[in-house]
Amino acid sequence: MTTEKPTMIEFRDVQKYYGDYHALRGITATIRAGEFFSLLGPSGCGKTTLLRTIAGFEDISSGAVLIDGKHMDGVPANKRPTNMVFQSYAIFPHLTVAENVGFGLRRDPRPASEKAKAVAEALEMVGLKGYGARAAHALSGGQRQRVALARALILKPKVLLLDEPLSALDKKMREQMQMELIKLQRQVGITFILVTHDQEEALVMSDRIAVMFEGQIAQLADPETLYRRPNSRQVADFIGTMNFLPAKILSENGVVEVEAQGFGRLTLAADQVMGSKTTEGTSIGFRPETATILFDGQVATDRETLATIEEVVYYGDMTYYDVRLDGTEKPMRLSMRNVFGRPVLDIGTRTRVGWSPGALVLFR
Amino acid sequence: MDKGNSRGRFRDTEAAKGLMLVSPTALYATLLLAAPLFAVVVYSLMIDSKTGASAGFTFNNYIEVWTGKIYQAIMLRSLIVSMTVTLITVLLAYPVAYFVSFGVSQQRKALWLFLITIPFWTSYLIRVFMWKVILGYNGVINSGLMSLGIIDEPLTVINYSVGSMVATLAHAYAPFAILPIFVSLEKIDRSLLEAGQDLGESKFLTFWRVTLPLSMPGVIAAVLIVFIPTIGDYVTPELIGGGKIPMIANMIEVKMLKQNDKAMGSAIAVTAMVIVAAVSVLFLLLNKRFLKGQSK
Amino acid sequence: MKKSPALKTYAIAYLIFLYAPIALLPIFAFNDSRVIAFPLSGFTTSWFVEMWNDQQLWIAFKNSLTIAVSSALFSTLLGIFGARATTRYKFPGKGGILGLIMLPLVLPEMIMSMALLVILIGMGVKLSIFTIIIGHVLICTPYAVAILSSAFQSLDRSLEEAAYDLGETPASTFRLIILPLVMPGIISSLLIAFTISLDEFIVAYFLGGNQTVLSVYIFGQFRFPQRVPSIMALGFVLVCLSILLLTIAEYFRRRGIAKTGAKDTGGFL
Repeated sequence: MTTEKPTMIEFRDVQKYYGDYHALRGITATIRAGEFFSLLGPSGCGKTTLLRTIAGFEDISSGAVLIDGKHMDGVPANKRPTNMVFQSYAIFPHLTVAENVGFGLRRDPRPASEKAKAVAEALEMVGLKGYGARAAHALSGGQRQRVALARALILKPKVLLLDEPLSALDKKMREQMQMELIKLQRQVGITFILVTHDQEEALVMSDRIAVMFEGQIAQLADPETLYRRPNSRQVADFIGTMNFLPAKILSENGVVEVEAQGFGRLTLAADQVMGSKTTEGTSIGFRPETATILFDGQVATDRETLATIEEVVYYGDMTYYDVRLDGTEKPMRLSMRNVFGRPVLDIGTRTRVGWSPGALVLFR
Repeated sequence: MDKGNSRGRFRDTEAAKGLMLVSPTALYATLLLAAPLFAVVVYSLMIDSKTGASAGFTFNNYIEVWTGKIYQAIMLRSLIVSMTVTLITVLLAYPVAYFVSFGVSQQRKALWLFLITIPFWTSYLIRVFMWKVILGYNGVINSGLMSLGIIDEPLTVINYSVGSMVATLAHAYAPFAILPIFVSLEKIDRSLLEAGQDLGESKFLTFWRVTLPLSMPGVIAAVLIVFIPTIGDYVTPELIGGGKIPMIANMIEVKMLKQNDKAMGSAIAVTAMVIVAAVSVLFLLLNKRFLKGQSK
Repeated sequence: MKKSPALKTYAIAYLIFLYAPIALLPIFAFNDSRVIAFPLSGFTTSWFVEMWNDQQLWIAFKNSLTIAVSSALFSTLLGIFGARATTRYKFPGKGGILGLIMLPLVLPEMIMSMALLVILIGMGVKLSIFTIIIGHVLICTPYAVAILSSAFQSLDRSLEEAAYDLGETPASTFRLIILPLVMPGIISSLLIAFTISLDEFIVAYFLGGNQTVLSVYIFGQFRFPQRVPSIMALGFVLVCLSILLLTIAEYFRRRGIAKTGAKDTGGFL
């Protein structure tokens, strides 16, 4: 794990108001040096505002932001050891690519030849070798993105801030840039903080993710924990798909014994129990891929329940089945990898569903 | 740090920066526009028109403006002329705006707009004068028609009349009417029109039920943009009307300068502003009604 | 959309109507007759010579240039303040302040000039070129604010932030980023204010005292029928000059759009 890394950014009870609107409601968190950190949440959750408090574009109403141990109160954006890649890239349209990348070096006392070398190196690093003389406004979306990266990284900031940098790209380009960003981050080793509303992007790229709702951090964890052990129904809903079944707690004694609709009596370990703040009542949750349809002759590895298929959605490599477990009201979504020779089942088919208590999460 | 305080500080700096930045422009407009207009209002309410002396607070000047036969006639003429001009200009402009928006390819739109705007930027005086030359007794039309043998004597109906004033003004403000209508037509989602025809409407009915209502804000803007300057026009009555068919602006000049009656001049000016404002508000309200009707 | 030939014919006819009076200018400017009428009687350039030799005209022209250049510079400067403040900041009373600044667009010029005249005379200011400039700046500033507002508006706010982020101060950001990007707007504002001022008649007529400017000179000449042909010549020169200035303004406006990569929405207003 990465716990031994020192702290790079620290938020201490950060509050932010716009007039009467409470945009950040007491953010307390630390981001470690050299980590790829993501702020994930729906639009309006405050993730961009939080990022901008690091950059110095937003004053905070109370609390403190520390970068590398130093208080940032009153330190303007141009004096902070951070650089930003903007959502719109903010490439200066009247300058060439090289002038854009070298923009931050204007006050650098080094001779022009060394600066030019630094610019060339930065361009090479982002895969734009030889593009220096081009007019910035003639670049494609992906190229602008790279120029923005080079322009920020050339100043060797302690922290690179990325505000939804991939949202303007098409799907293929986005996936390619995700990989390149991960590589780049490993190569330069500085802290990257990414703002995104795309949970998949956050899972793919980050060392740790802070999921934000309504100005608060709902959960801060590594991608696997976030996916497997979301600490609330809200987080579980936001990250991927999760099925929920009503449940009742029977006894608690180190382990928790519950009675769940469709699944019957279960014993869950303490780390499977989440103190959810939901109003929906106690429920059991599981991911679509953790339960499986048992075809003829297949034996459940753990437990099985009878069910009826109510909807089939064919996706090529996958098939999604909405199945209703016997004794439940709502259909549950299951995702099955399509294997050669195995048929896609029809709506109305009676089937057995195999599942495992270890993959369940209890929200209370 | 107190949260209320810092919130206040942030707002203060933003507001203060904005106010400071706008202050040179705002100050200029206040001193040289708001203050003079205020002075005019004061003149119209405080000065006796006959003696030119202070009369305390009085509505006498306004009573005279609103009841005097000459004033009524001139104001009515100004209204009729500018409304006719507005009607003609907007009616003539709509098809052109429609053509540029729907019938011209995207690349050539800018060229058309440029061609339409150029005349507006050439000397207004010269353009007005050209109409005098065109419409005059020995003017281009009469001499042209006579040399072609179509008429034997100069037509007199076309010179020094309200009609020739209307023609001149309608020409002068044509580009003003086209641009706002064009803008509102451009904003119309083209798929709406296809939807209209898809739902079985004829081309004409689609225009009548979809295009025209959606372009109404532009039409109303065009109406205001033509109406406001024409009602206050000075040059056309002076040149085309030969000074014999005065409108509000000419009357203000006569009172203010030739008769040195600042009180009456001011009262007429304020009245003119009130008329302009009233008509504008009426049309803006109409516009609102239209927008509301659409959102229903 | 299907093209309708009738509509196109109408639009072209309309353009001819728009241009007809202007098209007559060169015809009669080069026509060898003091009477502006058909049939034409022959080609001459003597009206241009007559115009060229008119001392009064040169004085008026010089005055007009002084006024137009001063008004353009001053109104554009005020326009920069107004446009930057209203597009970038929120402040109390913004709507009212902007309304006052833009008021001359909808205020009959006669009323504005008379109001100014009343207060200037009241303060004992002598009417001169200077008082004309005061009025012209009032008239031109709304146009400057409108043009520059769209220039400032199309400026992505994050460009400014990017420059701060890369170590620049607000002042150097303005110089290095904002100014170059709105420069086309500034140039077209200057040109359009210049054109408006050069053309303007009412303020010049009433606030000029005994100083003659071009438009007032032209107006005065209309009273003398024998002077009309040389006014035609002058008018032709002025129209050519306006078209030239406009073409330059349009060129800079388009270049500005190309530079910032924004979409062309067309037109000045």
